[in-house]
Amino acid sequence: MASIELRQVSKTYPGGVHAVRATDLSFRDGEFVVLVGPSGCGKSTLLRMIAGLETVSGGTVSIGGRVVNDVAPKDRDVAMVFQNYALYPHMTVRRNMAFGMLRRRRHAGMAAWLTRHAEWARERDEVDRKVAETARTLGIDALLDRLPRALSGGQRQRVALGRALVRDPQVFLFDEPLSNLDARLRIETRAEIREMHRRTRATMVYVTHDQEEAMTLADRMVVMRSGVVHQAGTPEECYARPADRFVAGFVGMPVMNFVDGRVEAGAFVGSGLRLTLPAGRWPAVPTGPLVLGVRPDRIAVAPGASPGGDALPASVRAIERLGDRMDVVLDAAGTRLVARIGNDDRLREGEAAHATVDVGAAHLFAPGEAGMRVSDSGDR
Amino acid sequence: MSGASRSILRSAVLWMVLAAGTAVFLYPLLWMVGVSLSPADAAQAATVEGGFAWPASPQWENYREALGQIGSGNAGEPMRGFKDALANSVVIAVLVTAGTVLSSSLVALAFARVRFRGSRPLFMVMLGTMMLPGQVTMIPLFILFRNLGWIDTMLPLVVPAFFGNAYFVFMYRQFIAQVPEALLEAARLDGLGWPGIWWRIILPLCRPVTAITAVFTFIGCWNDFLAPVIYLQSDDQATLSVALNGFRNQYGGITKVHLLMAASITTMVPCILLFLAAQRQFVEGLGKGAVKG
Repeated sequence: MASIELRQVSKTYPGGVHAVRATDLSFRDGEFVVLVGPSGCGKSTLLRMIAGLETVSGGTVSIGGRVVNDVAPKDRDVAMVFQNYALYPHMTVRRNMAFGMLRRRRHAGMAAWLTRHAEWARERDEVDRKVAETARTLGIDALLDRLPRALSGGQRQRVALGRALVRDPQVFLFDEPLSNLDARLRIETRAEIREMHRRTRATMVYVTHDQEEAMTLADRMVVMRSGVVHQAGTPEECYARPADRFVAGFVGMPVMNFVDGRVEAGAFVGSGLRLTLPAGRWPAVPTGPLVLGVRPDRIAVAPGASPGGDALPASVRAIERLGDRMDVVLDAAGTRLVARIGNDDRLREGEAAHATVDVGAAHLFAPGEAGMRVSDSGDR
Repeated sequence: MSGASRSILRSAVLWMVLAAGTAVFLYPLLWMVGVSLSPADAAQAATVEGGFAWPASPQWENYREALGQIGSGNAGEPMRGFKDALANSVVIAVLVTAGTVLSSSLVALAFARVRFRGSRPLFMVMLGTMMLPGQVTMIPLFILFRNLGWIDTMLPLVVPAFFGNAYFVFMYRQFIAQVPEALLEAARLDGLGWPGIWWRIILPLCRPVTAITAVFTFIGCWNDFLAPVIYLQSDDQATLSVALNGFRNQYGGITKVHLLMAASITTMVPCILLFLAAQRQFVEGLGKGAVKG
């Protein structure tokens, strides 16, 4: 197994498009890192540079302490699981799984293969045994003699996982491997990948645009946008202490509520709202315009007019029922707020309600799409 | 008229048109078979007068006689000329087919997947060669092969096939362009270089295109008359198509038309068998070509 070091790694395509800007990242040996971000953020490019499928425009990529910029993909000892499975259509599942391993062994011992055929036969038996064992673990042992076209999407993805697993590489790379599966299968396969990591303790780098997938899988997640890393940290850190407004908005569902305003006399004032800031939460609040961010589950909603105090008068614009809880879209003095609350049959669309924001759990950000978060007591 | 009867009428008209078309296409073949089994005088009459009657008693010995008369070096050994011509045709057609399939698919892979400077202009130049009539290059090529000392050998017929055929390169390229990029990337991670990707991934996936290329090339080469007649001068080098020409008399007329037809039908057999063998892949490939352009 191996660690991965990226030092000032960048990728510029012909025509001057910067897919990845000078990036420094370290993935520890045995760590499960998820690269997450919207389409075009450079996460797949970064993964492909680690695999060697994309050349590096600047900086160095190291795997296991060895700089691999000029090392061919086959010699990096990495296995990759692709979004569209990339199984060889003309080979059976068994051959698909054994192919890479046989190629690697043949490369390693071409001379031995030519001179000592018996040894090669033993190697083949070993490969067959390993394929059978991996297939049994993944529950695809009954499919070994089928062609990929005779498999369902979920089965194909298992074969793709098996193909990577059987090679026993230093590093596993996953490029949005669950995107083509339906929701239920996605959750099942997610658990399997997590189990695969627990069993192998291999270094795994996983790319997805789905923040929920990233949160559930990652030891550490790297949030990217426009070729730049905005935050690298545990899912809890990215959720509870986002580095900036972009991370705050990207991580967590429903999306964090943002309100433009400013801090005046210990209160946040903006868009018709006035919220008292708890003492000691923000040791040093900058003057000037700010953005308040509050998660939907930190807003309580009750029916009827506001009783005063910090309860904001609002009207219910829409209710989205989720079974055990519901999302309520509110209009509070012209500001749109989304609250996630327990089921409350008293609330009706179009009727008056009042909302109480847990300001102690809110964040303040500098203005702009990626404004930095203002340091608070939680950072100490 | 009800919907059901209109549908029956439409089917009937369609079937009649198709049957008429089939008859038009089959008539020459039927005529050949009929004449090949007729006695000499009946065959001559059918040729001169244009009429056609199926022979009352088929003359199967026409075939033995026809094959015995192919070529001029039959001294001492029956059908020696036919066997020579058959062997020459088979060797040339097989080598040309293999050369065309291997070289065209390899060049197409480079045009479809390898990024290199000048790829597009080179591809355009290659397509441009399709516009060049064969007659234009005939004399320069002859001089080239003569200078190489290749005249009266099969090299001028076989070697060019190993340098790709623009039409088939284009066809392979269109097909290879549809292969998902991830498949080639997976192959690279599995330890294959470009030659391995070509041999182990691309060629097996291109089976429908290969079937079309192989059938077209084999039939084209098997039936080719002009190139062998230009480059092969000795009788023992002649291919079947050239050897069939021996049935013409010195004035260019055909006196033994029944034997010519019998020999011609015999030479058609390998092509028909090849087509039947590759038919499934062939039709699938044509369909794919139609959909994917």
